[in-house]
Amino acid sequence: MSAALAPDAPALPALVDRGGPAQPLLIVDALRKHFAVAGSLFDRRRQRVHAVDGVSFVVNKGETLGIVGESGCGKSTTARLIARLLPADSGQIVFDGDGVDEFGGMALKDYRRNLQMVFQDSFASLNPRLSVLEAIAYGPQVHGLAKAAAHARAAALLERVGLAPAQFGARYPHELSGGQRQRVNIARALAFEPRLLILDEAVAALDKSVQAQVLNLLQELKAERGLTYLFISHDLHVVHYLADRVLVMYLGAIVEIGPVERLYGQPRHPYTRALLSAVPSMDPAHRTERSPLSGDPPNPIDPPSGCRFRDRCAHAHAACAAEAPTLRETAAGHWAACHLDDPGSGHPEAPARVAALARSA
Amino acid sequence: MNARLETALPDALDAPAVPTPASVVPHAAPRRGRWRGAARQLLRDPVTLISALVLLAIVAAALFAPWLAPADPYKASMIRRLLPIGSPEHLLGTDELGRDLLTRLMYGGRLSLLMGVLPVALAFFIGTAIGLVAGYAGGWLNMAIMRTLDVFYAFPSVLLAVAIAGALGPGMSNSLIALTLVFVPQVVRVAESVTTQVRRLDYIDAARLSGAGALSIIRVHVLGNVLGPVFVYATGLVSVSMILASGLSFLGLGVKPPQAEWGLMLNTLRSAIYVNPWVAALPGVMIFATSMGFNLLADGVRSATDVRQ
Repeated sequence: MSAALAPDAPALPALVDRGGPAQPLLIVDALRKHFAVAGSLFDRRRQRVHAVDGVSFVVNKGETLGIVGESGCGKSTTARLIARLLPADSGQIVFDGDGVDEFGGMALKDYRRNLQMVFQDSFASLNPRLSVLEAIAYGPQVHGLAKAAAHARAAALLERVGLAPAQFGARYPHELSGGQRQRVNIARALAFEPRLLILDEAVAALDKSVQAQVLNLLQELKAERGLTYLFISHDLHVVHYLADRVLVMYLGAIVEIGPVERLYGQPRHPYTRALLSAVPSMDPAHRTERSPLSGDPPNPIDPPSGCRFRDRCAHAHAACAAEAPTLRETAAGHWAACHLDDPGSGHPEAPARVAALARSA
Repeated sequence: MNARLETALPDALDAPAVPTPASVVPHAAPRRGRWRGAARQLLRDPVTLISALVLLAIVAAALFAPWLAPADPYKASMIRRLLPIGSPEHLLGTDELGRDLLTRLMYGGRLSLLMGVLPVALAFFIGTAIGLVAGYAGGWLNMAIMRTLDVFYAFPSVLLAVAIAGALGPGMSNSLIALTLVFVPQVVRVAESVTTQVRRLDYIDAARLSGAGALSIIRVHVLGNVLGPVFVYATGLVSVSMILASGLSFLGLGVKPPQAEWGLMLNTLRSAIYVNPWVAALPGVMIFATSMGFNLLADGVRSATDVRQ
């Protein structure tokens, strides 16, 4: 599978690393997006869905950052905001040291060559009227590659993702299976020679065996090309397998972020703990008898005051309603937004927990 | 995290990996028969086939009228008025001025078909362009365009056509303009709604992510997916246009006598309906057959060119 690309297929020129290895590839700062709920045009008191409410994080070069959370927690909106497919209400994006689409920063067109996205719906993300080869070759042509070169490059990429160009190149999306289409989507994204690939539930719609193949392909491609992944998924197993660090979102905000083994082994936030205990276990001794999390997430139009998780949380206290917890570093690189981890928060369980954490460290 | 996930099923299940050296891959791979597939589909559909043949016959008869017609369309004869169908020398009888009806029907088809197809073709180009802009731009521009066109939509087509043709004055080119104006808002609506649907799909987002400009995205990714449904809708409008054009002629706003046009013929023959009803009905039969043909053909083309089947 790891056949080198044909040397006679010229690609777009490789993008240069500007900031050096220590500079995060992507810095997302206080990203916010509220959607107006359809209502009367003249009603001043329009309700707003707080889809993404002040999200800040960094993506380091060469890592895979997994973003997990329930449906509707703002994972995909965050991805679309980062890709600038949606305009953010506020917040800033810094790519390899350059502000994006701002004065003195990086032009949007250049930014988008650096970043590509693979979507969940493999069929909807391919134009039904373009053949596989045409679809892959479109992007490089936008960036100035000649048609013949772009097609040769597309054939090489198709080969690389495991689809024989002679057999699949002239096919149309409806003539492919879901796994094959997703491979085409990956090839289409790679044709830009991007540095950051956002995978928005990219394997969620595939069946398990095909999912495993695509995940392996993604791992190979990452190693081969030094890619950085932002991997959005609700499948905790897949994230565990693929990610270096994991970010947990709840109702438009980050509740916990940390290295994958640490976060899966010692989750700090009650929501993360509930999420992880909901994962089916292979061991019959660890059978989950009841749902660890009851109820639905609260209405994002009118989120609860203070901590957004408090009305589903077993540890909820008056302090949780009074003030929203901020992200605190509980161990190296492991941050959680919970009053339980803040001895000064006024939560009665907090001092004991923080002491226990200090002892174990 | 470097361990490969072991897959229970062989690779071949998903992607038969037959490695081909990229250097031998033909760059311009032969386009697989999208149109050939559609043609094969059409041949298996007898209704569509028959309506296509009937239409073809009507169009051919109109087109080649000067060579095929048995008589002169304007040569009247006071002693041969309103002969019944099947008379010697006049296969389909004669009209109220003794002109050969078969000849007049053939010549009439030229104007009637022109009035059917031309306004729709014009409206198709104008309407698709406006609809694409409205659908792709969205927001306030969409609102402005669509609400303006809703004003035209408030009137029934017939009334609108009569009003515009009446305001512009009688004559063929004026009724062509009137009919085009009647159809533009309808085409815009279809084009706008299809564009809006297409625009929401992920492949448009992917194209935007490629850094392409709006024009390139519309040309490569939107147009091809919008044109099909709009074209089929427009095909259905041809029959409406013919009927409206006939109506305008009937009211004296379209074609003027002694020119032959089916609607006008229907009008002038109406006084003969008690004398020779079969002859008087013939132009109507032609209008009916042609519009039915266009409708059925449009339906057949719609199902044959559907990509996902």
